[in-house]
Amino acid sequence: MKGLRFSRKDLCIPYGVFLVLFVVFPLLLVVYYAFTSKTGQFTLENFIWFFTDGTSLKNLFYSIGIGLITTLFCLLIGYPVAFILSKIKSAKKSILLLLFIMPMWINFVLRAMAMKEILTLVGLFGKYNYLNTIIGMVYDYLPFMILPLYSVLIKIDKSYEEAACDLGANSIKVFLSVTLPLSTSGIISGITMVFLPSMSCYVISDTFSNGKVTIIGKLIETWFGPGDNWNFGSVIALIMLVIMFVTTLITDGLSKRTKTREEEL
Amino acid sequence: MAKEKSMEKEVVTSKIIELIGVTKNYDGTPAVNDINLYVRKGEFITFLGPSGCGKTTTLRMIAGFEKPTQGKIYLNSVDITDLPPYKRPVNTVFQRYALFPHLNVYENIAYGLKLKRIKTAGVDKNGNEIEVMAKYTKSEIAEKVKKALKMVDLEDFEKRSVTTLSGGQQQRIAIARAIVNEPEILLLDEPLGALDLKMRKEMQVELKAMHEKLGITFIYVTHDQEEALSMSDTVVVMKDGKIQQIGTPQDIYNEPKNSFVADFIGESNIFSGTMVGDRKVKFMNKVFDCIDDFEKNEKVDVVVRPEDVEIVSVEKGSVSGEIISSIFKGVHYQMTLMVGKTEVEIQSTKCYEKGEKVGIIIAHNNIHIMHKEFVSNVYDGYINKNNKVCFADGEFDCDVTQLYEGSYLDDEGYLITKTGEKIDLTDVDVKVEVGLKDIEIIDNDVDGDACGSIISIVYKGDHYQVIIRTDEEEEDFVCDTEYTWNENDRVSVKIPSDKIKLKLKVEEAK
Repeated sequence: MKGLRFSRKDLCIPYGVFLVLFVVFPLLLVVYYAFTSKTGQFTLENFIWFFTDGTSLKNLFYSIGIGLITTLFCLLIGYPVAFILSKIKSAKKSILLLLFIMPMWINFVLRAMAMKEILTLVGLFGKYNYLNTIIGMVYDYLPFMILPLYSVLIKIDKSYEEAACDLGANSIKVFLSVTLPLSTSGIISGITMVFLPSMSCYVISDTFSNGKVTIIGKLIETWFGPGDNWNFGSVIALIMLVIMFVTTLITDGLSKRTKTREEEL
Repeated sequence: MAKEKSMEKEVVTSKIIELIGVTKNYDGTPAVNDINLYVRKGEFITFLGPSGCGKTTTLRMIAGFEKPTQGKIYLNSVDITDLPPYKRPVNTVFQRYALFPHLNVYENIAYGLKLKRIKTAGVDKNGNEIEVMAKYTKSEIAEKVKKALKMVDLEDFEKRSVTTLSGGQQQRIAIARAIVNEPEILLLDEPLGALDLKMRKEMQVELKAMHEKLGITFIYVTHDQEEALSMSDTVVVMKDGKIQQIGTPQDIYNEPKNSFVADFIGESNIFSGTMVGDRKVKFMNKVFDCIDDFEKNEKVDVVVRPEDVEIVSVEKGSVSGEIISSIFKGVHYQMTLMVGKTEVEIQSTKCYEKGEKVGIIIAHNNIHIMHKEFVSNVYDGYINKNNKVCFADGEFDCDVTQLYEGSYLDDEGYLITKTGEKIDLTDVDVKVEVGLKDIEIIDNDVDGDACGSIISIVYKGDHYQVIIRTDEEEEDFVCDTEYTWNENDRVSVKIPSDKIKLKLKVEEAK
């Protein structure tokens, strides 16, 4: 009987198996393919190709650009929304919050298609591919910006703002010197949740630009699919991984700095 | 010192804050109800009351965080009712300090200074000397912050993060952050509530010293009566959004205006009494001399401080009883004496053991008489074996199931509670409450449940208030009636069983 007893540690086993099978093993495969040629020999040729071949690098920069612009617009639209929602006291609040969150309940491909129809209706579709892609991205990722911002803003003790006002700050100064700095952690997690996915979500760019805008995610798909070069695909995937890692490092560093100040208060 | 506005006759020139008819409603219910009050320049005034009495709301209206639903607030005779907080020369020390967590100690204290504009002499483009609004320079700010930190005994703390400070240190920084702006009024919202007892005592002394040093007006909010009495020049006792009493700590303690103030301000014995003659009051079934002049037969509250009760031998005492508890409290003994069915709290430096039989006397100037807001008759009673309630020389039908929620009576007269417990109510002590309008007076002394004589009739505008005193126990029934009666009429009373409200005595003790 004793030998059959489970300890708490054993609960990790299912996830451990999953992790090895579906994360560690594929990752090793990607690394293997990135550093080998088609015939299986070790090579750095794939990386040299990526950085010398103009299209790949161009696509990478465009992806970063689209990601940055999407994040910026999400922040510019999402912050005021989250701020106003956090200030509403009445029962209307939950309904309003629901209105902003509800789009997340609908399949995002369906949402993208609907938005595309609207853009066609107003005559934008087919004319401005990059603009349409960004509109689509902002539309799809806005709730991911609002939610973390809202959950941080709602937690800020009202007495900080009152104290600032009491010490002579008008509402604009109160916002700039107290509310905004105290919501940094929400801004950071909002950025993380919008920037990284918007760089790689090619379904949206495909839908809104009719396949004319190629972002980095699309490139990977092409090499693994019709392009039939797993080595090139793996290199791009690995570079994406590095970018994500670096972004996470930067945002983590930022949020740690703000967190130490927020702690215990 | 402040007085209630209606009472004030002399001209006072140095009112710094004046509230006139201020009411604040939240969703229709008043948190503050028609307050009239002024604060003199330089005084230390405390709003004292239990939670929910409206003291913090009043403070927040002075700070500008809340707008009165009705009424006006004046600062130096200027209407500031609609002025936003950042334009008021008033600073607040918040209950939980509200120090900005993203700024260090220096930045916190300098926050207000950086925003401030001061009048200084300047020169316009034509070379004329004019007054311009200028910011403080960096060195001026640094100097002021340093001074403020010195004031609160936390020099060299400038660079510290506020999150690393202890509660007491945060408290001091919060005070420094407020006083560095040189406000005309400092508002303190239960500032010592989060500190431990020893720290609280220290801060009380320091705050008092700071008040004297700065010479500005302090408005302090607390629910701690000891804190209020020891620090303030003036205490404003509040309850349910209304001012109960305004006065010096001595006034409030020695001459409480009503039983609430007496009870809240310190331990007191509050007895129900009746005026029986010129400066004579009857309570504990005994007539005492007193110094307050009230109308004969008026129902009053009698307040006696525990330290004003003198223990003597049984023969010498006005009343006597048995000590039922005696606890050593350091300087004195806290004893409880049972006189008949009334408990009397006594403080004395001399110890009397539990079980000892003693008498007590109370000096006539230590008996404080207060008007009673008379809304219902209250009696001590008990349930007899027929599930009727006995009080005031009578036996009344009543609904005993109201003593336990969801209970019912079985065939044998036992009470079955919601949980199925079987209770015999015989001889259970209860508090009985009967409304003034619920007592029916019958013109003979046979048909009612209790009988007595009418001792007083007062016309109250649209009805008469009649007091019937029972023969043996001399309990009084106060009833409102439309009919005229004569004094000394022999009558009896009847009370509908559903109008008799019962409460278990044990429950009340909780």
